[in-house]
Amino acid sequence: MTTITEAPAAAPHGTARTLTYVKAFNEGLAQAMREDDSVFVAGEDVAGYGGVFRMFDNLLDEFGPRRMIDTPISEAALVGLGVGAAARGLRPVVDLMFMDFIGVCLDQIVNQAAKMKYMFGGAVSVPLTITTASGAGLGAAAQHSQSLEAWLAHVPGLKVVMPCDAYTAKGLTVSAIRDDNPVVVMLNKVLLGSRSEVPEDIYGIPLGQAHTARPGSDVTVIALGRMVGEALAAADELAAEGIEAEVIDPRTVQPLDTDTMIASARRTNRVLVVHEAVTFGGLGAEIAAQIQDAAFDHLDAPVLRIGAPFSPVPFSPVLEKAYVPDAARIAQGCRRLLERS
Amino acid sequence: MAHTTPQKPTARVVRDLHERMVRIRLFETEAGKLMEAGKLPGFLHLYVGQEAVAAGVMTALRDDDQITSTHRGHGHAVAKGVGLKQMYAELYGRVTGACLGRGGSMHINDVTRGMLGANGIVGAGIPIAVGAAFAARYQGEDSVAVTFFGDGATNIGSFHEAANLAAVLRLPVLFVCENNGYAEFTPQSGHMLLADVADRAAAYGMPSVIVDGMDAVAVHEAAVAAVERARAGEGPMMIEAKTYRYFDHQGVKGLRHPYRSQQEVDEWKARDPIDLLEARAVADGTATRAELDDVWRRTREEIAEAIAYAEASPLPDTADLLLNVYSG
Repeated sequence: MTTITEAPAAAPHGTARTLTYVKAFNEGLAQAMREDDSVFVAGEDVAGYGGVFRMFDNLLDEFGPRRMIDTPISEAALVGLGVGAAARGLRPVVDLMFMDFIGVCLDQIVNQAAKMKYMFGGAVSVPLTITTASGAGLGAAAQHSQSLEAWLAHVPGLKVVMPCDAYTAKGLTVSAIRDDNPVVVMLNKVLLGSRSEVPEDIYGIPLGQAHTARPGSDVTVIALGRMVGEALAAADELAAEGIEAEVIDPRTVQPLDTDTMIASARRTNRVLVVHEAVTFGGLGAEIAAQIQDAAFDHLDAPVLRIGAPFSPVPFSPVLEKAYVPDAARIAQGCRRLLERS
Repeated sequence: MAHTTPQKPTARVVRDLHERMVRIRLFETEAGKLMEAGKLPGFLHLYVGQEAVAAGVMTALRDDDQITSTHRGHGHAVAKGVGLKQMYAELYGRVTGACLGRGGSMHINDVTRGMLGANGIVGAGIPIAVGAAFAARYQGEDSVAVTFFGDGATNIGSFHEAANLAAVLRLPVLFVCENNGYAEFTPQSGHMLLADVADRAAAYGMPSVIVDGMDAVAVHEAAVAAVERARAGEGPMMIEAKTYRYFDHQGVKGLRHPYRSQQEVDEWKARDPIDLLEARAVADGTATRAELDDVWRRTREEIAEAIAYAEASPLPDTADLLLNVYSG
């Protein structure tokens, strides 16, 4: 069993320290490595280079080559290394650089890491953390921009977290490392430089517990990852029109805290789900189905899903901007939900 | 190619090899009969014919050494010391099985015996063994990891990635290729242009040795040398054991298509690994025929007891469908 340390209360306004998303991740990882010698990091260019997104800056200096391992470009072997090491008592952090690369090592994630405890009759745990950068918005095109959380959330045995800011990047990473299950940490590339308040001490954020990022009474917006910030911006825009949107950040998409979402749906009677991933077969479909199962009589309109169109992520910035949902589309969706009721 | 130092095996090693091979042979032939009788659900990939490889390698290992296996994994599990009762109970899908009835034939494991799992995915156990070896070194232990795989698995990416990674990190891993000449039903000549899988090790800067996989003593000696080398921190090594699968890829029935000749089967069976070891033991005075027969008799009893245990064991409770999906 892993004990999750609750996050300390935020410092009083004016004295709070802010960090970038990537620095907050780095700090959480370093603190988790300090508290537990069984934590090590392996991946392509994680040690000497510090990671292509600077996620692992300075960690080689502090922890040395025993705990910071540069590997060949061999994701199947890399994740397998993590599975075997985790089964033997270590807490590996394996970096996949871009989430799109998951296709070349999916067997080790889906058939090995996820199923080992179950198939071993509970005799082994796989406390493996997989970090990876996801999301569109950098002109990286269709093989470096995807949000594939629905693939992984579909697999029993895996956990998947999607930090939406620096605070959650640190806390969810710490919890992922402390958790006794394989956890995929989906960092968002566009958010890497974004800042928010981050406590200096190590803290975990409970996995499987949604966070109400903004309370509201008229409509519920459930937003994943980077879409949380877009949803909050949409809520500001709507507030000027007298519409109070409640914004819920699931933080973890597997396990998924549907209780918080259902309770909100019963209060606001209108729900919009937004994610960067394509709408078809996405988390929005699952969330909509669960809310409709549990709160059908409370809904004034069908749950509205906003996601990417059913297409690869485009390269040209003009197309990419049209592809990824944003605050304007979320606000427009909320207005449509209110018009229907 | 590394060369092993030939030395006369001790009587203890020969008897140990013999006992492990007989256990595998009887476990498998009885399992085949149970499947024929319709008593076992699922698939059965029998190891009969390849016993010298599992026995030869496992007699070179300590209990704390780790192994990963394949879909044809019963032999490795038996030779590593996994209990026959738990193994049969797993084949029957009983809750007393090695996986609590959640895995079946292709997923037998026992972490208390260093058996990190048979595996339903070809080649998937190879990188996991590399991870086990990494963990041993990380924790300052001198245990090694052994990964078993077939000739067919050396065409899959995870083999190449894992071999290279183990070599680059100089990890204590022994790559044991059980070359039985067939990837399912495709002969080696149809799935690679090399005659020797061992040649592939060179591509990763890894030494290799080819042994007669029907000769348990030869396999044992090669494994002892490779394990010593790995324990000393000299990195991974590959052993290619040329062996043969008596039964079909899966099950015990006759063949849908005659993909191999009866002559070929007969030639390999003429060099049966257990017959070879017994002849050698009797010839050099290591054991008498009566002593060897006694091993068969005792093992038959143990097998019968294990099957009875499995048949008497309870089925899993359907209320426990979600058991062990997650930790915590």
